Amino acid sequence: MAKEPIRITAPFDETVARSLKAGDSVLLSGTIIAARDAAHKLMVEALDRGEPLPVDLKNQVVYYVGPAPAKPGDPIGSAGPTTSGRMDSYTPRLIEEGLRGMIGKGNRSQAVIDSMKKHGVVYFAAVGGAGALIAKRVKEYKVLAYGELGPEAIASMVVEDFPLIVVMDAEGKDFYKVGQAPYVRE
Amino acid sequence: MRELPVSEITAAVAELSKQASCYLPKDVYEAFRKARATEPSPSGQEIIGQLMENADIARNEDMPICQDTGLAIVFIDVGQDVHLTGGSLDEAINAGVAKGYVDYYLRKSAVAEPLFDRKNTKDNTPAVIHTRIVPGDKVKIKLAPKGAGSENKSAVKMMVPADGIAGVKKFVLEVVKNAGSNSCPPMVVGVGIGGTMEMAAICSKRAAARDITTRNSDERYAALEDELLTLINKTGIGPQGLGGLTTALKVNIEWYPTHIASLPVAVNINCHAARHAEVEL
Repeated sequence: MAKEPIRITAPFDETVARSLKAGDSVLLSGTIIAARDAAHKLMVEALDRGEPLPVDLKNQVVYYVGPAPAKPGDPIGSAGPTTSGRMDSYTPRLIEEGLRGMIGKGNRSQAVIDSMKKHGVVYFAAVGGAGALIAKRVKEYKVLAYGELGPEAIASMVVEDFPLIVVMDAEGKDFYKVGQAPYVRE
Repeated sequence: MRELPVSEITAAVAELSKQASCYLPKDVYEAFRKARATEPSPSGQEIIGQLMENADIARNEDMPICQDTGLAIVFIDVGQDVHLTGGSLDEAINAGVAKGYVDYYLRKSAVAEPLFDRKNTKDNTPAVIHTRIVPGDKVKIKLAPKGAGSENKSAVKMMVPADGIAGVKKFVLEVVKNAGSNSCPPMVVGVGIGGTMEMAAICSKRAAARDITTRNSDERYAALEDELLTLINKTGIGPQGLGGLTTALKVNIEWYPTHIASLPVAVNINCHAARHAEVEL
């Protein structure tokens, strides 16, 4: 965060994903896809049955979010990240479908990191619990699939200057470890 | 005997749902202010600043601080000289949760059954209700919405007396390190010591929902709260797990008498929002 943030627009390709390094601050604009636990389960079950996904994930960024309901006149309610680790068992399958980036909070499994390295995928952290602040950066929220899941539906989100930090890059570097090391006092 | 219609409890719970979800407790905001001044990590300072800005937006616009407005945890102390009229207490509390979560645009995160169908109940009921009958003619209600990011990293361990103080410290640190970046640090750590398995867990939940400017009334436990906080803030986890010296804002301990052969310890992690609001009727 000491450095100036890098501005990027989603969706983006592998070259952009590989150019981002753990620790980079990013302001993300463009269109991203909201999906979390229940939607991930349904998507992987669809793939298991040989069916296509309800949305094309090629070069898309998925945001692990289940927003609060929008008040009349607002595009969305509070919309901070949820814990990414719960999506780990589904993630490599979605990366094989072309997923290019993920936004959430917290650690990922080794299987996810390996898949990110292989396919050129980047993982960002948004500030957990800053749901009201993040909602101000969301311009549009539109349910695309699995509407019956309510806050867990798959939706497209148009964002402007969404503040993020690259916590795991496509080389497998983990900024949680790097960031914490200087402050360990044991 | 004082009569109190349960409709007043419904109205109070609905209002507390909004207050707790949208207005960051003053004790927590003050702790942010102090932490921002002492946190050496630039990213840590920036994150704490964002959390303060987030709290300001939430308060000014009646927006939830965090989209995960949790399960509604309700601690209710009913004075034994109060006669509740007009319906069931639990139904009145749940009606208040439903009204609050629907009317104030809070997220409904409750599923009706945990394992097979997991269908959303659409109004965030049922609440998790802890009722005590106490002396007096008042009803005290505390509502502490609890999100899953921190709840999922909580743990209980049935230790034995020989594990002692050192064992308790070791376990608390293990749980905090395992929570790491997932539980939205800087966290508030609630520790329950003693009782039985479920009593330790309830103590830890009460501790996690306690005002963070308070200390345990037993000086030995208060000193242990301070020592655990110091140890936790040496882990390096920092705000959001991106590194720093502010991993926790406070450790609160609640304890209960226990069996000669037992030393149950529960650690309930609360996120930085540490939401709680209360009212006396």
